[in-house]
Amino acid sequence: MRCKVCRGHAVVDIRRHNAAFCPDHFVDHVTSQVAKALKEFKMATVEDRLLIAVSGGKDSLAVWDVLMNLGYDTTAFYLDLGIGGYSARSKEAAVAFAGSRGGKLITRSLREEHGFTVPELSTLTRRVPCSGCGLNKRYEFNRAALEEGFDVLVTGHNLDDEVATLFGNVLGWNTQMLGRQRPVLQERIVGAGDSRAFVKKIKPLVRIAERETAAYALIRGIDYIVEECPMVEGNTQHRYKEALTLLEEASPGTKHRMYFGFLKNASDRFAEDRGSAELIPCTDCGAPTVASGAHGVEKLMCSFCKTKALAHARRAERTNDSVHGAEQR
Amino acid sequence: MGVKVKLRNPDRLLEISGPRTVTALLNQLEVVSEGVLVIRDATLLTRDERLGPDDEIEIRPVLSGGSHPAGDGR
Ligand code: SF4
Ligand SMILES: [Zn+2]
Ligand SMILES: [Zn+2]
Repeated sequence: MRCKVCRGHAVVDIRRHNAAFCPDHFVDHVTSQVAKALKEFKMATVEDRLLIAVSGGKDSLAVWDVLMNLGYDTTAFYLDLGIGGYSARSKEAAVAFAGSRGGKLITRSLREEHGFTVPELSTLTRRVPCSGCGLNKRYEFNRAALEEGFDVLVTGHNLDDEVATLFGNVLGWNTQMLGRQRPVLQERIVGAGDSRAFVKKIKPLVRIAERETAAYALIRGIDYIVEECPMVEGNTQHRYKEALTLLEEASPGTKHRMYFGFLKNASDRFAEDRGSAELIPCTDCGAPTVASGAHGVEKLMCSFCKTKALAHARRAERTNDSVHGAEQR
Repeated sequence: MGVKVKLRNPDRLLEISGPRTVTALLNQLEVVSEGVLVIRDATLLTRDERLGPDDEIEIRPVLSGGSHPAGDGR
């Protein structure tokens, strides 16, 4: 195949665009698609300070790379989840990339901040790792962005991520999530004050398929972590991606049509399901939580603090049990 | 002699005889091409690329899992 632009030897073919590209023109193509999304959805300006949540994986490192090349003011944030060797290796990938590009990187560790890792939290709360993990990441990303004074939080969600989430929300008719699934989530203010509760969040890779972010990373020499998180097994999101990829294979453009068709023709129909309940500060950490439906003081804690309190309470119970057991022996 | 193929997650090696193109190789292995990148000598291959009998090829899956608060499936 030949490059659509220069007729040189092509290395990537994109069937839904009916096009193939040489390495240089593929990089240009991805960059212009990201620039288009940034403009189309009014994601950010070059004056904004952007915080990019990076995991050491291809998508988050790719979005950071593209935004740096486009001249945005970027800093990356890595959260160490404490998932054994996998976390150690993914952190190495993020640190090495930052070093090679001279990018600014902030790292924090869940254990140092809150006293548990993702596997420990899962055992203590008896919930699947991904649920606690997601809660932790959303909380910590938002907290870091607010504390460090960033205007926008950037995530590496690509077209495959978004269409799989959409598919899942449609299968379960989760109208609240359908109302909220946008490439941009505007910042929200807590109570009547003017302090920011949730930072603005953007997904600049929505026009790029996962296969393309992987190709981009490879061509740009980004040494991302290929290995999967060991906790991922049996993940429904992954099954949806595989199913949608089969449809895409048979009919290129299916994913793009489903996602962008949703944004254009359906998203606003779920606007009133979005939930605009007033936000109040969590009694524990001050982070925003939804005021409605709260009974009693305990309920005014945000879901992160509730989960954290549960984990620490269970750990204390265990320690008591084992101390007790030792005394009896 | 055949095409040496490295598959990932979990990592394993296979030797496949016969395929002349990337598409033929993927069909033989029943791999969905939209879900992978095919790499030879650190270079990406398009689906119509021809394969030689002693080529060493990596088939790298690109779809990650996870609940994705940060993308990447992580
Ligand atoms: S697979 Fe689950 S536990 Fe692992 S990083 Fe992703 S969300 Fe967290
Ligand atoms: Zn070209
Ligand atoms: Zn809280």
